Amino acid sequence: MKRRELVIVGGGPAGMAAALAARAAGVEDVLLLERDQHLGGILNQCIHPGFGLHHFKEELTGPEYADRFAALVHADPGIEVSLRSFVVKLGKDRELSYLRPGAMEDIQAGAVILATGCRERTREMIPIPGSRPAGVFPAGLAQKMVNMEGWIPGREAVIVGSGDIGLIMARRMALEGVAVKAVIEIQKTSRGLVRNVVQCLEDFGIPLRFQHRLTAIHGADRVEKVSVVRVDDDFKDIPGTAFEIACDTVLVSVGLIPENELLEMAGGAVDRRTNTPVADEVNLTSLPGVFACGNACKVYDLADSVTRDSELAGRMAAKYLGVPA
Amino acid sequence: MKRVMTCIECPQGCRLEIEADGSRVISVTGHKCKRGDKYARQETEAPLRTLTTSVLTRGLELKMLPVRTSRPIPKDKLFDAMRAVKTIVVTSPVKTGSVVAENFLGLGADLVACRPLDKL
Repeated sequence: MKRRELVIVGGGPAGMAAALAARAAGVEDVLLLERDQHLGGILNQCIHPGFGLHHFKEELTGPEYADRFAALVHADPGIEVSLRSFVVKLGKDRELSYLRPGAMEDIQAGAVILATGCRERTREMIPIPGSRPAGVFPAGLAQKMVNMEGWIPGREAVIVGSGDIGLIMARRMALEGVAVKAVIEIQKTSRGLVRNVVQCLEDFGIPLRFQHRLTAIHGADRVEKVSVVRVDDDFKDIPGTAFEIACDTVLVSVGLIPENELLEMAGGAVDRRTNTPVADEVNLTSLPGVFACGNACKVYDLADSVTRDSELAGRMAAKYLGVPA
Repeated sequence: MKRVMTCIECPQGCRLEIEADGSRVISVTGHKCKRGDKYARQETEAPLRTLTTSVLTRGLELKMLPVRTSRPIPKDKLFDAMRAVKTIVVTSPVKTGSVVAENFLGLGADLVACRPLDKL
């Protein structure tokens, strides 16, 4: 089994920041594993501006923010980047197996940083009754389709949830000529940034309905309409307030869940409710020498904050490895 | 005439109060930095937005290339810009910052690549 000093799983903003910070702290050998064909992770589909205001003191798009770090990572001879590489096994003593095109590699890592990001919560997790037609997408998946694959998911859309991804997708779809009929939010306020409510909804005249919820999705093969009702402060439906919106697409933007399957596999403690590592401090896990940073550790609002905390994770790993000796 | 708006320059989202006579700004309050003052004046006189979108590629690593306008453009030109973007297909490799279409709306704004893309 090959030995590597530090193995980082995930080449998004968290993994790249951790790799660079670990190198700056004196770690000599970093292996950065990324399952996609490029570094950057979710930033590659976040083509809107708003990144880098803290870290670079200028406003960048997601791909531009990623590219700044990717250029530094690729230029560093102490960081080996392995793309199309998917970790399939992690043990409690940091033995790790990954698949890359044409090979399965087994490695003994001195320290491991999990920078695996998060997944979207789905329709099934906020039970919306009704039929199961085509046209219901998690908002982030729709974002990838529109921004990276060039597919428009529908012509008339309703968005469930007013988190930042939902708001940003409302604008994106509107720009692409989709009629965005409404954003439906069960709470009294948006979980997203105020600037996104302004520049994504108000700019395009998209109504945001607070204290409303979807009671059903209708449609045989394709979504045909949704039923909506107003709720009171206890989230109870208010009688006589139900109405319908005709649409062929529903985007669901109801939050993110950290992805920590590898940590679980290794026997690390994971909070059942939030899927975050159980530990006393940010970036730590219950396993010595195994760190988790970025959205795998907790869901962040800003990529800049992911960078800041993940740099700390890189330094924590260096310290664990006894670097500098 | 008093107007209230939310600054969109950064995630803080300051609540700005603008005293204006039509589109002529008299005073701005509520901003925590100088970008807020500039935004309030610009937004009252002639709102500008940076457009970000993706353009089709042919023969490159990814099907779409993320792009942005090199400078903000008038808000009411966003849909004209989207129509213009739809006529563009990128076929040569680009670096971050490469100009994909020069002065593509006649407004002095270029369309610029937001990431590098190589040949397939």
